[in-house]
Amino acid sequence: MLDKLNTYFQFSFVWYALIVGVLIALCSSLLGVTLVLKRFSFIGDGLSHVAFGAMAIASVANFTNKMLLVLPITMVSAILLLRSGQNTKIKGDAAIAMISVGALAFGYMLMNIFPSTANISGDVCGTLFGSTAIITLNKSDVWLCLVLSAVVIAVFVIFYNKIFAVTFDENFAKATGTNANAYNLLIAVIIAVIIVLAMNLVGSLLISALVIFPALSAMRIFKSFKGVTVCSAILSSVCAFLGIMVSILANTPVGSTIVAVDVLAFGLCCAVGYFAVRA
Amino acid sequence: MSEQIVCKNVTLGYEDGAVAENLNFTVNKGDYLFVLGENGSGKSTLVKTLLGLTGVLSGEISGSISHKEIGYLPQQTLVQRDFPASVREIVLSGCLSKCGLRPFYNSREKALAQKAMEELGITDLSTRCYRELSGGQQQRVLLARALCATGSILLLDEPVTGLDPMAAADMYAIIERLNKNGITVIMISHDIDAAAKYASHVLHMGENIFYGTLEEFAQSEQGRDFFKAGDTNA
Repeated sequence: MLDKLNTYFQFSFVWYALIVGVLIALCSSLLGVTLVLKRFSFIGDGLSHVAFGAMAIASVANFTNKMLLVLPITMVSAILLLRSGQNTKIKGDAAIAMISVGALAFGYMLMNIFPSTANISGDVCGTLFGSTAIITLNKSDVWLCLVLSAVVIAVFVIFYNKIFAVTFDENFAKATGTNANAYNLLIAVIIAVIIVLAMNLVGSLLISALVIFPALSAMRIFKSFKGVTVCSAILSSVCAFLGIMVSILANTPVGSTIVAVDVLAFGLCCAVGYFAVRA
Repeated sequence: MSEQIVCKNVTLGYEDGAVAENLNFTVNKGDYLFVLGENGSGKSTLVKTLLGLTGVLSGEISGSISHKEIGYLPQQTLVQRDFPASVREIVLSGCLSKCGLRPFYNSREKALAQKAMEELGITDLSTRCYRELSGGQQQRVLLARALCATGSILLLDEPVTGLDPMAAADMYAIIERLNKNGITVIMISHDIDAAAKYASHVLHMGENIFYGTLEEFAQSEQGRDFFKAGDTNA
């Protein structure tokens, strides 16, 4: 087994996959706590389907760098979704469901009408489940991911206390003069960036798992916001690392393996939390 | 400047209509004002307006206190019931407006939070998880947070709703002590007995708006009805 790992680690693409995978998992877990508590667990799903639709448009239009189209479209949708959560005729969950399936349908339709490769179902499957993209990363992808992750982490740390206050009690925060709407906007933009990044890793169907599982697992064990946040970040990174290793050794799809490890970790955390209360 | 909040001919409401009209009252430093009234009489709208979350339709609110200086104790939301946060983190978040653009709390704000926790006797709970506390303890935590945001005036939105009688009595005692120490209290409430016991002034919302001292309220038509209803319940 070690021999096999040694052989794999001589290839740079394995290193790239590990770096990018762990970073993305780390970033996506940061906002998980906030999104779960604000009842926005499914925003990851909705946005990733929007990103899928945008990706389809980008490939049909033959963009060399698809990010240039996918990122802005996803950001705009995130802002619209989080804004509509407050006061419109279509409420939060319905709006997310609407945008998410709508974008999915249009994306798939576009890919079929204007096929860019011969293997459409393979393409679609790849975008939905993120199968191969992670091992075809080149150096510039890795750099882009490094920079964006650094920005996401920095923004999160700087605004940590504000994000906490706005999540815990939006009315109180507003009453004491915090611009809660601006921070909601910030959260929307960050989550859009993370989702576009994470599409490569686990594909657009499984992104929600990266966002919510670490947060839910950490919430079983830790009692403070800081504890939960730090624990979910570490847990998510470890799960991503293990998931990628397993997928290399056992030849399983990367994205779904990572999510499977996340699910196992959740079960473990539930057990630990249960016995901690009993003891 | 002892007039902290002055409401002159204020009409409360939203774009689609007025909720309460012609509201006149003054809150002076050290007052203990009870805001009574039935559901739908505009109490919540008054809270939002005083906090600056909603504008007034007409009239004017002035005074020495800006809405950002009001320490607010909101009604609990569903989100908070399973929120993983320690007591200290929540109390500290009351200092947020003092931070401005600075990302982290400084030692003065931490000391302020510590003092607020001591004041309310929750220092020993500071590392406990908020969701594991009893209702009365949770309210004390939120009151400590409100104290961090203000040194002069508290706005409490039905602070004893859902508490058992012991915890409610505790809460009233704490609020009375804070008030005696010079903090102005505006309390939104249904509790007429507590109003009779603690209030210095009463604002009764509804079709006939009444504002005056507790004695004046007891003499007024609304007040007499109110106390009579309270007696038959007892």
